Amino acid sequence: MPVSEYDQVKRGWYRRNEIAITPYLFLIPGVFFFAVYVIFPVFQSFNISLYKWDGLGEAEYIGLENYRKLFDDRAFETSLWNNLKWLVLYLLAIPAGLMISLFLNQKITGIRLYKSLFFFPFVISQIVVGLVFSWFYDPTFGLFTKAIALIGLEIKGGVLGNPTAVTYGIIAAGLWPQTAYCMILYLTGLNSVDPEQVEAARLDGAKGWKMLWYVIIPQLKPATFIAFVVTIVGALRSFDLISIMTRGGPFGQSRVLSYYMFEKALSEYGFRMGYGAAIAVVLFMIMLVFIAYFLWSMYQDEKGAH
Amino acid sequence: MFPTPIEKQSRGIQIGYQAMVPVVLIMWLLPLLAVMLFSIKPEADFVSGDYWSLPANLDGLNNYYKVFFESDMPKYMWNSIRITIPTVIGCMILSSMTGFALGVYKFKANLWIFFMFVAGNFVPFQILMIPVRDLTLDIGLYNKVQGLILFHVAFQTGFCTLFMRNFIRALPFELIEAARVEGIAEWRIFWYVVLPLMKPALAAMAVLIFTFIWNDYFWAVVLTQGSEAQPVTAGITSFNAQFRAAYHLMSAGSIVAALPPVAMFFLMQKHFIAGLTLGAVK
Repeated sequence: MPVSEYDQVKRGWYRRNEIAITPYLFLIPGVFFFAVYVIFPVFQSFNISLYKWDGLGEAEYIGLENYRKLFDDRAFETSLWNNLKWLVLYLLAIPAGLMISLFLNQKITGIRLYKSLFFFPFVISQIVVGLVFSWFYDPTFGLFTKAIALIGLEIKGGVLGNPTAVTYGIIAAGLWPQTAYCMILYLTGLNSVDPEQVEAARLDGAKGWKMLWYVIIPQLKPATFIAFVVTIVGALRSFDLISIMTRGGPFGQSRVLSYYMFEKALSEYGFRMGYGAAIAVVLFMIMLVFIAYFLWSMYQDEKGAH
Repeated sequence: MFPTPIEKQSRGIQIGYQAMVPVVLIMWLLPLLAVMLFSIKPEADFVSGDYWSLPANLDGLNNYYKVFFESDMPKYMWNSIRITIPTVIGCMILSSMTGFALGVYKFKANLWIFFMFVAGNFVPFQILMIPVRDLTLDIGLYNKVQGLILFHVAFQTGFCTLFMRNFIRALPFELIEAARVEGIAEWRIFWYVVLPLMKPALAAMAVLIFTFIWNDYFWAVVLTQGSEAQPVTAGITSFNAQFRAAYHLMSAGSIVAALPPVAMFFLMQKHFIAGLTLGAVK
Protein backbone atom coordinates (compact mmCIF):
# COMPACT_ATOMS: atom_id res chain seq x y z
CA MET A 1 0.00 0.00 0.00
CA PRO A 2 1.44 3.37 -0.95
CA VAL A 3 2.00 5.77 1.90
CA SER A 4 -0.47 8.61 1.50
CA GLU A 5 0.46 12.17 2.22
CA TYR A 6 -2.02 12.16 5.10
CA ASP A 7 -0.24 9.28 6.79
CA GLN A 8 3.04 11.08 6.51
CA VAL A 9 1.59 14.22 8.07
CA LYS A 10 0.05 12.17 10.84
CA ARG A 11 3.23 10.27 11.53
CA GLY A 12 5.16 13.52 11.39
CA TRP A 13 2.86 15.08 13.98
CA TYR A 14 3.12 12.03 16.22
CA ARG A 15 6.90 11.91 15.83
CA ARG A 16 7.23 15.57 16.70
CA ASN A 17 5.05 15.27 19.81
CA GLU A 18 6.04 11.77 20.79
CA ILE A 19 7.65 12.68 24.10
CA ALA A 20 4.66 14.77 25.15
CA ILE A 21 2.04 12.18 24.21
CA THR A 22 3.67 8.90 25.26
CA PRO A 23 3.22 9.32 29.03
CA TYR A 24 -0.53 9.86 28.59
CA LEU A 25 -0.87 6.78 26.40
CA PHE A 26 0.93 4.72 29.01
CA LEU A 27 -1.23 6.12 31.78
CA ILE A 28 -4.63 5.55 30.17
CA PRO A 29 -5.26 1.92 31.23
CA GLY A 30 -4.00 2.32 34.79
CA VAL A 31 -5.72 5.63 35.43
CA PHE A 32 -8.96 4.35 33.90
CA PHE A 33 -9.11 1.31 36.18
CA PHE A 34 -8.09 3.28 39.22
CA ALA A 35 -10.66 5.99 38.54
CA VAL A 36 -13.51 3.53 38.03
CA TYR A 37 -12.76 1.34 41.05
CA VAL A 38 -11.22 3.76 43.54
CA ILE A 39 -11.63 7.46 42.82
CA PHE A 40 -15.26 7.60 41.66
CA PRO A 41 -16.53 5.23 44.36
CA VAL A 42 -15.23 7.61 47.04
CA PHE A 43 -17.48 10.35 45.68
CA GLN A 44 -20.35 7.95 45.09
CA SER A 45 -20.20 6.92 48.74
CA PHE A 46 -20.47 10.57 49.80
CA ASN A 47 -23.55 10.80 47.62
CA ILE A 48 -25.11 7.56 48.89
CA SER A 49 -24.67 8.77 52.47
CA LEU A 50 -27.34 11.41 51.76
CA TYR A 51 -29.97 8.81 50.94
CA LYS A 52 -32.06 6.22 52.69
CA TRP A 53 -31.53 3.13 50.59
CA ASP A 54 -31.91 -0.62 51.05
CA GLY A 55 -29.71 -1.39 48.05
CA LEU A 56 -32.56 -2.63 45.89
CA GLY A 57 -35.54 -0.28 45.73
CA GLU A 58 -35.76 3.46 45.18
CA ALA A 59 -33.32 5.58 47.17
CA GLU A 60 -34.92 8.38 49.14
CA TYR A 61 -33.03 11.65 49.56
CA ILE A 62 -32.82 12.61 53.23
CA GLY A 63 -29.97 15.12 53.31
CA LEU A 64 -27.79 14.93 56.39
CA GLU A 65 -30.26 12.82 58.36
CA ASN A 66 -27.92 9.79 58.40
CA TYR A 67 -25.20 11.89 60.01
CA ARG A 68 -27.60 13.29 62.57
CA LYS A 69 -28.59 9.77 63.53
CA LEU A 70 -24.94 8.88 64.11
CA PHE A 71 -24.89 11.28 67.04
CA ASP A 72 -27.55 9.29 68.91
CA ASP A 73 -26.12 5.91 67.99
CA ARG A 74 -24.39 4.33 70.98
CA ALA A 75 -22.92 1.56 68.83
CA PHE A 76 -21.32 4.20 66.61
CA GLU A 77 -19.84 5.88 69.66
CA THR A 78 -18.36 2.60 70.89
CA SER A 79 -16.90 1.90 67.46
CA LEU A 80 -15.34 5.35 67.29
CA TRP A 81 -13.72 4.92 70.71
CA ASN A 82 -12.42 1.53 69.73
CA ASN A 83 -10.93 3.00 66.58
CA LEU A 84 -9.09 5.48 68.76
CA LYS A 85 -7.77 2.66 70.95
CA TRP A 86 -6.60 0.84 67.83
CA LEU A 87 -4.83 3.93 66.50
CA VAL A 88 -2.96 4.63 69.72
CA LEU A 89 -2.12 1.09 70.81
CA TYR A 90 -1.24 -0.16 67.34
CA LEU A 91 1.60 2.36 67.28
CA LEU A 92 3.30 0.22 69.95
CA ALA A 93 4.30 -1.98 67.02
CA ILE A 94 6.91 0.63 66.10
CA PRO A 95 9.00 0.62 69.33
CA ALA A 96 8.41 -3.13 69.72
CA GLY A 97 9.65 -3.75 66.19
CA LEU A 98 12.67 -1.56 66.84
CA MET A 99 13.51 -3.50 70.00
CA ILE A 100 13.35 -6.87 68.29
CA SER A 101 15.41 -5.60 65.36
CA LEU A 102 18.10 -4.34 67.77
CA PHE A 103 18.03 -7.70 69.51
CA LEU A 104 18.51 -9.54 66.22
CA ASN A 105 21.01 -7.20 64.57
CA GLN A 106 23.98 -9.51 65.20
CA LYS A 107 26.02 -11.91 63.16
CA ILE A 108 25.74 -15.38 64.61
CA THR A 109 25.23 -18.72 62.88
CA GLY A 110 21.71 -19.07 61.55
CA ILE A 111 20.71 -15.47 62.23
CA ARG A 112 19.17 -15.14 58.78
CA LEU A 113 16.83 -18.01 59.48
CA TYR A 114 15.97 -16.55 62.89
CA LYS A 115 15.11 -13.24 61.29
CA SER A 116 12.83 -14.92 58.75
CA LEU A 117 11.08 -16.91 61.44
CA PHE A 118 10.51 -13.77 63.50
CA PHE A 119 8.93 -12.23 60.43
CA PHE A 120 6.64 -15.21 59.98
CA PRO A 121 3.46 -13.76 61.57
CA PHE A 122 3.29 -11.06 58.91
CA VAL A 123 3.20 -13.53 56.03
CA ILE A 124 0.18 -15.52 57.16
CA SER A 125 -3.28 -14.08 56.67
CA GLN A 126 -5.02 -12.14 59.43
CA ILE A 127 -7.79 -14.72 59.33
CA VAL A 128 -5.38 -17.39 60.45
CA VAL A 129 -3.82 -15.02 63.00
CA GLY A 130 -7.32 -14.41 64.34
CA LEU A 131 -8.05 -18.13 64.67
CA VAL A 132 -4.71 -18.78 66.30
CA PHE A 133 -5.33 -16.07 68.87
CA SER A 134 -8.91 -17.08 69.60
CA TRP A 135 -7.52 -20.45 70.66
CA PHE A 136 -4.67 -18.78 72.49
CA TYR A 137 -7.27 -16.83 74.52
CA ASP A 138 -9.71 -19.71 74.90
CA PRO A 139 -11.14 -19.68 78.45
CA THR A 140 -10.87 -23.48 78.94
CA PHE A 141 -7.62 -24.53 77.32
CA GLY A 142 -5.96 -21.37 75.92
CA LEU A 143 -2.27 -20.96 76.65
CA PHE A 144 -2.85 -17.33 77.59
CA THR A 145 -5.54 -18.26 80.10
CA LYS A 146 -3.22 -20.87 81.61
CA ALA A 147 -0.32 -18.44 81.72
CA ILE A 148 -2.23 -15.73 83.61
CA ALA A 149 -3.71 -18.36 85.92
CA LEU A 150 -0.14 -19.11 87.03
CA ILE A 151 0.09 -15.60 88.48
CA GLY A 152 -3.39 -15.90 89.93
CA LEU A 153 -5.27 -13.83 87.36
CA GLU A 154 -8.51 -14.64 85.66
CA ILE A 155 -10.43 -12.70 83.03
CA LYS A 156 -14.13 -13.27 83.41
CA GLY A 157 -15.59 -14.98 80.34
CA GLY A 158 -12.16 -15.21 78.73
CA VAL A 159 -10.46 -12.35 76.93
CA LEU A 160 -12.83 -12.44 73.97
CA GLY A 161 -15.95 -12.88 76.09
CA ASN A 162 -15.18 -9.97 78.35
CA PRO A 163 -16.61 -6.61 77.21
CA THR A 164 -13.75 -4.61 78.74
CA ALA A 165 -10.85 -6.82 77.68
CA VAL A 166 -12.03 -7.82 74.23
CA THR A 167 -10.73 -4.89 72.16
CA TYR A 168 -7.34 -4.99 73.85
CA GLY A 169 -7.16 -8.70 73.19
CA ILE A 170 -7.82 -8.22 69.48
CA ILE A 171 -5.36 -5.33 69.26
CA ALA A 172 -2.71 -7.53 70.85
CA ALA A 173 -3.37 -10.14 68.17
CA GLY A 174 -3.00 -7.45 65.51
CA LEU A 175 0.24 -6.22 67.05
CA TRP A 176 1.83 -9.59 66.48
CA PRO A 177 2.12 -9.37 62.66
CA GLN A 178 2.45 -5.58 62.72
CA THR A 179 5.48 -5.74 65.03
CA ALA A 180 7.04 -8.25 62.66
CA TYR A 181 6.57 -5.80 59.80
CA CYS A 182 8.14 -2.91 61.71
CA MET A 183 10.99 -5.19 62.74
CA ILE A 184 11.87 -5.98 59.14
CA LEU A 185 11.76 -2.27 58.23
CA TYR A 186 14.17 -1.46 61.06
CA LEU A 187 16.48 -4.38 60.28
CA THR A 188 16.90 -2.97 56.79
CA GLY A 189 17.34 0.51 58.21
CA LEU A 190 19.97 -0.65 60.70
CA ASN A 191 21.91 -2.23 57.86
CA SER A 192 22.47 1.15 56.31
CA VAL A 193 23.36 3.08 59.45
CA ASP A 194 26.61 4.89 58.77
CA PRO A 195 29.32 2.93 60.67
CA GLU A 196 31.68 5.92 60.72
CA GLN A 197 29.19 8.04 62.60
CA VAL A 198 28.67 5.23 65.09
CA GLU A 199 32.43 4.88 65.61
CA ALA A 200 32.84 8.62 65.95
CA ALA A 201 30.07 8.77 68.55
CA ARG A 202 31.67 5.84 70.36
CA LEU A 203 34.98 7.69 70.55
CA ASP A 204 33.06 10.61 72.05
CA GLY A 205 31.90 8.23 74.76
CA ALA A 206 28.30 7.73 73.58
CA LYS A 207 26.84 4.33 74.26
CA GLY A 208 23.65 2.46 75.08
CA TRP A 209 20.50 4.55 75.22
CA LYS A 210 22.29 7.80 74.39
CA MET A 211 23.80 6.31 71.27
CA LEU A 212 20.43 4.88 70.28
CA TRP A 213 18.54 8.12 70.83
CA TYR A 214 20.98 10.66 69.40
CA VAL A 215 22.81 8.71 66.71
CA ILE A 216 20.85 5.69 65.58
CA ILE A 217 17.19 6.74 65.68
CA PRO A 218 17.74 9.92 63.65
CA GLN A 219 19.35 7.81 60.94
CA LEU A 220 16.39 5.45 60.98
CA LYS A 221 13.96 8.23 60.14
CA PRO A 222 12.92 6.89 56.71
CA ALA A 223 12.17 3.47 58.22
CA THR A 224 10.20 5.09 61.04
CA PHE A 225 8.15 7.09 58.56
CA ILE A 226 7.16 3.99 56.59
CA ALA A 227 6.48 2.07 59.80
CA PHE A 228 4.20 4.92 60.89
CA VAL A 229 2.32 4.96 57.57
CA VAL A 230 1.71 1.21 57.40
CA THR A 231 0.75 1.03 61.08
CA ILE A 232 -1.82 3.83 60.86
CA VAL A 233 -3.31 2.36 57.69
CA GLY A 234 -3.35 -1.08 59.31
CA ALA A 235 -5.05 0.23 62.45
CA LEU A 236 -7.85 1.88 60.51
CA ARG A 237 -8.27 -1.15 58.23
CA SER A 238 -8.71 -3.58 61.12
CA PHE A 239 -11.59 -5.74 60.03
CA ASP A 240 -10.47 -9.32 59.48
CA LEU A 241 -9.44 -9.95 63.08
CA ILE A 242 -12.68 -8.61 64.53
CA SER A 243 -14.69 -10.50 61.98
CA ILE A 244 -13.10 -13.86 62.76
CA MET A 245 -12.50 -13.47 66.50
CA THR A 246 -15.69 -11.89 67.84
CA ARG A 247 -17.96 -10.58 65.06
CA GLY A 248 -17.99 -7.34 67.00
CA GLY A 249 -19.14 -8.94 70.25
CA PRO A 250 -19.71 -9.40 73.09
CA PHE A 251 -22.57 -6.88 73.08
CA GLY A 252 -20.94 -5.02 70.20
CA GLN A 253 -18.04 -4.00 72.43
CA SER A 254 -15.29 -4.90 69.96
CA ARG A 255 -16.74 -3.15 66.91
CA VAL A 256 -14.75 -0.55 65.05
CA LEU A 257 -16.05 1.76 62.32
CA SER A 258 -14.93 -0.50 59.48
CA TYR A 259 -16.75 -3.48 60.97
CA TYR A 260 -19.83 -1.52 62.03
CA MET A 261 -20.18 -0.07 58.55
CA PHE A 262 -20.07 -3.53 57.00
CA GLU A 263 -22.60 -4.78 59.51
CA LYS A 264 -25.05 -1.95 58.81
CA ALA A 265 -24.73 -1.96 55.04
CA LEU A 266 -24.92 -5.73 54.51
CA SER A 267 -26.61 -6.99 57.63
CA GLU A 268 -28.88 -9.99 57.72
CA TYR A 269 -31.71 -7.74 58.89
CA GLY A 270 -31.87 -5.75 55.67
CA PHE A 271 -29.35 -3.51 53.99
CA ARG A 272 -28.91 0.05 55.20
CA MET A 273 -26.65 1.40 52.48
CA GLY A 274 -27.12 5.09 53.20
CA TYR A 275 -26.37 4.74 56.89
CA GLY A 276 -23.42 2.47 56.15
CA ALA A 277 -22.04 4.99 53.67
CA ALA A 278 -22.29 7.72 56.31
CA ILE A 279 -20.17 5.62 58.69
CA ALA A 280 -17.69 4.98 55.87
CA VAL A 281 -17.46 8.72 55.22
CA VAL A 282 -16.58 9.36 58.88
CA LEU A 283 -13.87 6.70 58.70
CA PHE A 284 -12.63 8.20 55.46
CA MET A 285 -12.40 11.67 56.98
CA ILE A 286 -10.25 10.32 59.83
CA MET A 287 -7.98 8.65 57.30
CA LEU A 288 -7.89 11.82 55.20
CA VAL A 289 -6.06 13.66 57.97
CA PHE A 290 -3.29 11.07 57.77
CA ILE A 291 -3.33 10.87 53.98
CA ALA A 292 -2.83 14.64 53.83
CA TYR A 293 0.12 14.32 56.20
CA PHE A 294 1.66 11.45 54.21
CA LEU A 295 1.33 13.32 50.93
CA TRP A 296 2.72 16.49 52.46
CA SER A 297 5.80 14.59 53.70
CA MET A 298 6.27 12.98 50.31
CA TYR A 299 5.89 16.35 48.63
CA GLN A 300 8.64 17.82 50.82
CA ASP A 301 10.87 14.91 49.83
CA GLU A 302 10.12 15.37 46.13
CA LYS A 303 10.96 19.05 46.36
CA GLY A 304 14.23 18.20 48.04
CA ALA A 305 15.07 15.76 45.25
CA HIS A 306 15.09 18.45 42.58
CA MET B 1 27.34 -1.32 63.75
CA PHE B 2 24.77 -0.91 66.49
CA PRO B 3 24.31 -2.52 68.92
CA THR B 4 27.92 -3.47 69.61
CA PRO B 5 28.73 -6.66 67.70
CA ILE B 6 28.51 -9.70 69.89
CA GLU B 7 31.94 -10.86 68.66
CA LYS B 8 33.48 -8.05 70.69
CA GLN B 9 31.82 -9.16 73.90
CA SER B 10 33.04 -11.70 76.40
CA ARG B 11 32.65 -15.41 75.70
CA GLY B 12 29.94 -15.71 78.35
CA ILE B 13 27.76 -13.04 76.78
CA GLN B 14 28.19 -14.63 73.37
CA ILE B 15 27.01 -18.02 74.58
CA GLY B 16 24.20 -16.42 76.54
CA TYR B 17 23.03 -14.55 73.45
CA GLN B 18 23.15 -17.62 71.24
CA ALA B 19 21.05 -19.51 73.75
CA MET B 20 18.61 -16.66 74.19
CA VAL B 21 17.68 -16.12 70.54
CA PRO B 22 15.98 -19.50 70.04
CA VAL B 23 14.17 -19.18 73.37
CA VAL B 24 12.78 -15.76 72.46
CA LEU B 25 11.85 -17.09 69.03
CA ILE B 26 9.85 -19.96 70.53
CA MET B 27 7.99 -17.54 72.79
CA TRP B 28 7.33 -15.26 69.82
CA LEU B 29 5.87 -18.10 67.76
CA LEU B 30 4.09 -19.84 70.64
CA PRO B 31 0.53 -19.26 69.36
CA LEU B 32 1.54 -20.67 65.99
CA LEU B 33 3.33 -23.67 67.44
CA ALA B 34 0.18 -24.46 69.38
CA VAL B 35 -1.81 -24.62 66.15
CA MET B 36 0.80 -26.85 64.56
CA LEU B 37 0.48 -29.19 67.50
CA PHE B 38 -3.33 -29.14 67.29
CA SER B 39 -3.22 -29.98 63.62
CA ILE B 40 -1.49 -33.31 64.19
CA LYS B 41 -3.46 -34.42 67.23
CA PRO B 42 -6.23 -36.99 66.79
CA GLU B 43 -9.80 -36.00 67.57
CA ALA B 44 -9.94 -38.37 70.56
CA ASP B 45 -7.45 -36.18 72.44
CA PHE B 46 -9.73 -33.16 72.21
CA VAL B 47 -12.75 -35.17 73.27
CA SER B 48 -10.99 -36.32 76.41
CA GLY B 49 -9.91 -32.75 77.16
CA ASP B 50 -6.24 -33.44 76.56
CA TYR B 51 -5.16 -30.38 74.59
CA TRP B 52 -1.46 -30.05 75.21
CA SER B 53 0.21 -33.46 75.25
CA LEU B 54 2.25 -34.51 72.25
CA PRO B 55 0.31 -36.89 69.99
CA ALA B 56 0.98 -40.51 70.88
CA ASN B 57 0.76 -41.76 67.31
CA LEU B 58 0.47 -40.55 63.73
CA ASP B 59 -3.33 -40.80 63.56
CA GLY B 60 -3.38 -37.02 63.57
CA LEU B 61 -2.10 -36.91 60.00
CA ASN B 62 -5.59 -38.06 59.17
CA ASN B 63 -6.65 -34.45 59.80
CA TYR B 64 -4.78 -33.33 56.72
CA TYR B 65 -6.24 -36.18 54.71
CA LYS B 66 -9.73 -35.04 55.72
CA VAL B 67 -8.98 -31.43 54.85
CA PHE B 68 -7.79 -32.39 51.39
CA PHE B 69 -10.31 -35.08 50.50
CA GLU B 70 -13.42 -34.62 52.59
CA SER B 71 -13.91 -30.88 52.67
CA ASP B 72 -14.35 -27.96 50.28
CA MET B 73 -10.82 -26.80 51.06
CA PRO B 74 -9.27 -27.80 47.70
CA LYS B 75 -12.06 -25.89 45.94
CA TYR B 76 -11.33 -22.76 47.95
CA MET B 77 -7.61 -23.15 47.34
CA TRP B 78 -8.19 -23.42 43.62
CA ASN B 79 -10.34 -20.26 43.73
CA SER B 80 -7.56 -18.44 45.55
CA ILE B 81 -5.15 -19.43 42.81
CA ARG B 82 -7.60 -18.36 40.11
CA ILE B 83 -7.92 -14.96 41.77
CA THR B 84 -4.34 -14.35 42.80
CA ILE B 85 -2.37 -15.25 39.68
CA PRO B 86 -4.32 -13.10 37.15
CA THR B 87 -4.29 -10.22 39.63
CA VAL B 88 -0.53 -10.36 39.92
CA ILE B 89 -0.13 -10.41 36.14
CA GLY B 90 -2.62 -7.56 35.64
CA CYS B 91 -0.87 -5.41 38.23
CA MET B 92 2.52 -6.03 36.64
CA ILE B 93 1.27 -4.93 33.23
CA LEU B 94 -0.60 -1.82 34.36
CA SER B 95 1.95 -0.58 36.85
CA SER B 96 5.00 -1.09 34.64
CA MET B 97 3.25 1.27 32.22
CA THR B 98 2.11 3.86 34.76
CA GLY B 99 5.43 3.64 36.58
CA PHE B 100 7.26 4.24 33.32
CA ALA B 101 5.07 7.23 32.43
CA LEU B 102 5.44 8.85 35.86
CA GLY B 103 9.06 7.92 36.41
CA VAL B 104 10.55 8.98 33.07
CA TYR B 105 8.54 11.91 31.74
CA LYS B 106 8.28 15.44 33.03
CA PHE B 107 4.85 16.95 32.51
CA LYS B 108 2.57 19.19 34.47
CA ALA B 109 0.10 16.65 35.80
CA ASN B 110 2.82 14.16 36.70
CA LEU B 111 2.99 14.74 40.45
CA TRP B 112 -0.80 15.12 40.70
CA ILE B 113 -1.50 11.81 39.04
CA PHE B 114 1.17 10.20 41.17
CA PHE B 115 -0.37 11.59 44.36
CA MET B 116 -3.79 10.42 43.22
CA PHE B 117 -2.45 6.85 43.08
CA VAL B 118 -0.75 7.18 46.45
CA ALA B 119 -3.76 8.73 48.19
CA GLY B 120 -6.16 6.18 46.69
CA ASN B 121 -3.97 3.39 47.96
CA PHE B 122 -4.57 4.52 51.55
CA VAL B 123 -8.35 4.94 51.57
CA PRO B 124 -10.34 2.69 53.91
CA PHE B 125 -11.99 -0.15 51.99
CA GLN B 126 -15.41 0.68 53.41
CA ILE B 127 -15.68 3.94 51.48
CA LEU B 128 -15.41 1.89 48.27
CA MET B 129 -17.53 -1.02 49.36
CA ILE B 130 -21.07 -0.06 48.32
CA PRO B 131 -20.24 1.45 44.91
CA VAL B 132 -17.80 -1.34 43.99
CA ARG B 133 -20.32 -3.99 45.00
CA ASP B 134 -23.00 -2.27 42.90
CA LEU B 135 -20.69 -1.95 39.94
CA THR B 136 -19.75 -5.62 40.17
CA LEU B 137 -23.43 -6.58 40.33
CA ASP B 138 -24.22 -4.34 37.36
CA ILE B 139 -21.61 -5.87 35.09
CA GLY B 140 -22.71 -9.36 36.11
CA LEU B 141 -19.51 -10.36 37.88
CA TYR B 142 -20.86 -10.68 41.42
CA ASN B 143 -19.84 -14.03 42.90
CA LYS B 144 -17.37 -14.62 40.07
CA VAL B 145 -13.61 -14.65 40.40
CA GLN B 146 -13.39 -12.11 37.56
CA GLY B 147 -15.20 -9.53 39.66
CA LEU B 148 -12.62 -9.87 42.42
CA ILE B 149 -9.73 -9.84 39.95
CA LEU B 150 -10.85 -6.60 38.29
CA PHE B 151 -11.18 -4.83 41.61
CA HIS B 152 -7.89 -6.14 43.00
CA VAL B 153 -5.98 -5.17 39.86
CA ALA B 154 -7.45 -1.67 39.93
CA PHE B 155 -6.84 -1.11 43.63
CA GLN B 156 -3.35 -2.58 43.78
CA THR B 157 -2.33 -0.43 40.83
CA GLY B 158 -2.09 2.42 43.34
CA PHE B 159 0.55 0.71 45.44
CA CYS B 160 2.31 -0.82 42.43
CA THR B 161 2.57 2.51 40.66
CA LEU B 162 4.20 4.04 43.73
CA PHE B 163 6.57 1.11 43.80
CA MET B 164 7.52 1.07 40.11
CA ARG B 165 7.75 4.81 39.73
CA ASN B 166 10.20 5.14 42.61
CA PHE B 167 12.23 2.28 41.22
CA ILE B 168 12.40 3.76 37.72
CA ARG B 169 13.34 7.14 39.19
CA ALA B 170 16.46 5.55 40.61
CA LEU B 171 17.59 4.15 37.23
CA PRO B 172 20.30 6.07 35.37
CA PHE B 173 18.44 8.51 33.14
CA GLU B 174 21.41 8.67 30.71
CA LEU B 175 20.34 5.29 29.32
CA ILE B 176 17.06 6.74 28.13
CA GLU B 177 18.68 9.88 26.76
CA ALA B 178 21.23 7.81 24.86
CA ALA B 179 18.41 5.77 23.31
CA ARG B 180 16.58 8.95 22.33
CA VAL B 181 19.68 10.33 20.65
CA GLU B 182 19.76 7.14 18.62
CA GLY B 183 16.23 7.99 17.46
CA ILE B 184 14.55 5.00 19.09
CA ALA B 185 10.77 5.30 19.48
CA GLU B 186 9.53 5.89 23.01
CA TRP B 187 7.55 2.65 23.27
CA ARG B 188 10.67 0.76 22.18
CA ILE B 189 12.60 2.48 24.94
CA PHE B 190 9.97 1.15 27.33
CA TRP B 191 10.13 -2.35 25.93
CA TYR B 192 13.84 -2.79 25.23
CA VAL B 193 15.57 -0.44 27.68
CA VAL B 194 13.43 0.11 30.78
CA LEU B 195 11.44 -3.13 31.07
CA PRO B 196 14.50 -5.42 31.27
CA LEU B 197 15.90 -3.21 34.03
CA MET B 198 12.62 -3.42 35.94
CA LYS B 199 12.79 -7.21 36.35
CA PRO B 200 13.97 -7.25 39.97
CA ALA B 201 11.35 -4.68 40.97
CA LEU B 202 8.62 -6.61 39.16
CA ALA B 203 9.67 -9.79 40.94
CA ALA B 204 9.58 -8.11 44.34
CA MET B 205 6.22 -6.57 43.57
CA ALA B 206 4.76 -9.84 42.32
CA VAL B 207 5.63 -11.64 45.57
CA LEU B 208 4.10 -8.87 47.65
CA ILE B 209 0.89 -8.66 45.62
CA PHE B 210 0.57 -12.43 45.70
CA THR B 211 0.66 -12.34 49.50
CA PHE B 212 -1.70 -9.36 49.83
CA ILE B 213 -4.29 -10.86 47.51
CA TRP B 214 -4.03 -14.38 48.86
CA ASN B 215 -4.64 -13.03 52.35
CA ASP B 216 -7.49 -10.70 51.39
CA TYR B 217 -10.66 -11.38 53.30
CA PHE B 218 -12.78 -8.24 53.19
CA TRP B 219 -13.34 -8.13 49.43
CA ALA B 220 -13.85 -11.86 49.30
CA VAL B 221 -16.89 -11.58 51.56
CA VAL B 222 -18.16 -8.42 49.87
CA LEU B 223 -17.95 -9.63 46.29
CA THR B 224 -18.46 -13.40 46.54
CA GLN B 225 -20.35 -16.05 48.50
CA GLY B 226 -20.24 -19.84 48.58
CA SER B 227 -17.58 -22.24 47.43
CA GLU B 228 -18.01 -21.40 43.72
CA ALA B 229 -15.83 -18.31 43.80
CA GLN B 230 -14.70 -17.66 47.37
CA PRO B 231 -11.00 -17.79 48.16
CA VAL B 232 -9.51 -19.74 51.00
CA THR B 233 -9.61 -16.92 53.60
CA ALA B 234 -13.38 -16.78 53.31
CA GLY B 235 -13.50 -20.55 53.03
CA ILE B 236 -11.84 -20.92 56.43
CA THR B 237 -14.71 -19.05 58.06
CA SER B 238 -17.36 -21.31 56.57
CA PHE B 239 -15.10 -24.20 57.53
CA ASN B 240 -15.29 -22.72 61.01
CA ALA B 241 -19.09 -22.85 60.91
CA GLN B 242 -19.10 -26.36 59.43
CA PHE B 243 -16.75 -27.97 61.94
CA ARG B 244 -17.58 -25.82 64.96
CA ALA B 245 -15.17 -26.87 67.66
CA ALA B 246 -13.27 -29.38 65.54
CA TYR B 247 -9.95 -27.86 66.48
CA HIS B 248 -7.91 -30.58 64.84
CA LEU B 249 -9.52 -29.98 61.44
CA MET B 250 -9.62 -26.20 61.77
CA SER B 251 -5.95 -26.02 62.59
CA ALA B 252 -4.96 -28.36 59.78
CA GLY B 253 -7.11 -26.29 57.40
CA SER B 254 -5.56 -23.02 58.56
CA ILE B 255 -2.07 -24.35 58.05
CA VAL B 256 -2.90 -25.53 54.55
CA ALA B 257 -4.45 -22.14 53.74
CA ALA B 258 -1.45 -20.23 55.08
CA LEU B 259 1.09 -22.36 53.30
CA PRO B 260 1.28 -20.79 49.80
CA PRO B 261 2.28 -17.27 50.96
CA VAL B 262 4.69 -18.81 53.45
CA ALA B 263 6.29 -20.91 50.73
CA MET B 264 6.43 -17.83 48.50
CA PHE B 265 8.14 -15.89 51.26
CA PHE B 266 10.81 -18.50 51.92
CA LEU B 267 11.51 -19.11 48.25
CA MET B 268 11.67 -15.45 47.28
CA GLN B 269 12.83 -14.00 50.58
CA LYS B 270 15.29 -11.54 49.10
CA HIS B 271 12.70 -10.07 46.73
CA PHE B 272 10.01 -10.06 49.37
CA ILE B 273 12.03 -8.07 51.87
CA ALA B 274 13.43 -5.78 49.19
CA GLY B 275 9.84 -4.99 48.21
CA LEU B 276 8.54 -4.42 51.71
CA THR B 277 11.38 -2.21 52.76
CA LEU B 278 11.57 -0.09 49.64
CA GLY B 279 12.06 3.44 50.88
CA ALA B 280 13.10 2.36 54.38
CA VAL B 281 16.61 3.51 53.53
CA LYS B 282 17.69 6.56 51.64
